[in-house]
Amino acid sequence: MTIPQLSVFIENKTGYLNEVLAVLAKHNINIIALTVADTSDYGILRTIVSDPYKALEVLREEHFSVRMHDILSLEMDAAPGTMSHILDLFTAADICIEYVYAFSFGSKSILMLRTNNAEKAVDVIHQNNLKTISEADLK
Amino acid sequence: MIWNKEIECSSRQAMRDLQSERLKLLVDRVYANVPFYKKRMDEIGVKPSDILSIDDIVKLPFTYKSDLRDNYPFNLFAVPMKEIVRVHASSGTTGKPTTVGYTKNDIENWREVVARCLTQCGVSADDIMQVSYGYGLFTGGLGVHYGAETIGCSVIPISGGNTRRQLQLMSDFGSTVLACTPSYALHLADALSESGYSLEDMKLKVGVFGAEPWTENMRLELEKKWGIKAFDIYGLSEIMGPGVANDCSAHTGLHIHEDHFFPEIVDPNTKEALEDGNEGELVFTTLTKEGIPLLRYNTRDLSTLNRDTCACGRTLVRMKKITGRSDDMLIIRGVNLFPSQIEHVLLEMGETSAHYMLYVDKVNNLDTLELKVELDESQMTDTIRDLQNLSRKIEHALNSAVGLHVKVSLVEPKTIARSEGKAVRVIDMRKK
Repeated sequence: MTIPQLSVFIENKTGYLNEVLAVLAKHNINIIALTVADTSDYGILRTIVSDPYKALEVLREEHFSVRMHDILSLEMDAAPGTMSHILDLFTAADICIEYVYAFSFGSKSILMLRTNNAEKAVDVIHQNNLKTISEADLK
Repeated sequence: MIWNKEIECSSRQAMRDLQSERLKLLVDRVYANVPFYKKRMDEIGVKPSDILSIDDIVKLPFTYKSDLRDNYPFNLFAVPMKEIVRVHASSGTTGKPTTVGYTKNDIENWREVVARCLTQCGVSADDIMQVSYGYGLFTGGLGVHYGAETIGCSVIPISGGNTRRQLQLMSDFGSTVLACTPSYALHLADALSESGYSLEDMKLKVGVFGAEPWTENMRLELEKKWGIKAFDIYGLSEIMGPGVANDCSAHTGLHIHEDHFFPEIVDPNTKEALEDGNEGELVFTTLTKEGIPLLRYNTRDLSTLNRDTCACGRTLVRMKKITGRSDDMLIIRGVNLFPSQIEHVLLEMGETSAHYMLYVDKVNNLDTLELKVELDESQMTDTIRDLQNLSRKIEHALNSAVGLHVKVSLVEPKTIARSEGKAVRVIDMRKK
């Protein structure tokens, strides 16, 4: 139901994103999903990788500000309206989405999301029998 | 015009006699009424009876800003609170402000010295004076205000800020004198055209600028931009506020009102008194102050003294325009700021690392402050909002501690240069 996500603080400087990626490459860590939330001064790189614990360790060694969080992960049918339907369920339960991103892995469509109320979100997932996905499914 | 010819053009001997007389009374007063000074004098073995003339001033102990802080809020006051009619304060280095108190006589003397300063600038009862220094705990606004009323100006107490309104009233009311910081005067000049005004709409002829160090070049630039005569008014709240000294039309130094504020120049390292003409730290003894009299207060401003008679006819000693200091204090929009104040706030919050760099700059002639501080990993999150809340929280804490808006930028760990000797914490880009 959750997948560990790494968040890395990155300043808006040319080439900086690649400094993070180069560390991951050097340690043979594969990137499964990546998104950057940005402001005018800095951004947060959010990523799902093949070995999050190792990635956390090597990024810390290189003095990056990095944190790991478990965030909700759902598997979606590759059909029109699926994601809209899921978000409707959250809205009906009065849950706000703080951020969300989606990607495909093999034949799977995956939705990652952080809400303002994780507990309530889990209830919605159970009550509606939504299909979830775990870290092992991404190996 | 000279406001008080008897004092301002007095002979050197008559001035020395007056200063000697006042110093003896002052030392008697502080020794009897301020335990801090009694202790200091006892420690170095000086008694009030050792002070026979102004030359004996070198026997007296110095006072530093830290002494005011250590005696916060009222422990250096030499009179009971009942006799204090006004309190002013400026931001201090550890969150505690520096507090000063005035008796009725102090306020009268303050009016007198500011009246002399304004008269030196050619201001008279015929003038309409826009006081755009901040009013409140800061001494600038009220200090200039009382002096301007004393000479009979029509005073517009508009206080600082709100550029558009400043220009509107300046035009509508026909202000002939502007009193504010030199940087704000430049900012107002540059805002003229974009606010839909031109110099023809204004009747301004004199600028009384101070509360921050500025160069002779900036004075000339202000004169040109506004088509006015610009003067430098010097002061500090510890001694009185604005009006301690002021330059005259000769612009060859600022006349110190030495019948109230006795100046000395001391070597920054040895603290030995220096001969006239040598540069050192400017030290004042408040000869007449009743509320919070100070012996040999070291301003840390660097200057020289000149006792020659001035082209304007005044004999009052002149100090060279202040352009530097012997410590790391910054003056930002007229507000005193020590980098250690920033550090104190960061350490107290404990939510960032203590590695920071303060960038001071001028944008549209106004001082700006940006603090770059390293993000502590424990505060790293996955949402932008949390980081923005953190920078806002630091901005609020700094604003309430130092009274200035500081833009806070979070930077990555280990990116602020570590220095091996004395840490470099400030990059001042205002200095060209």
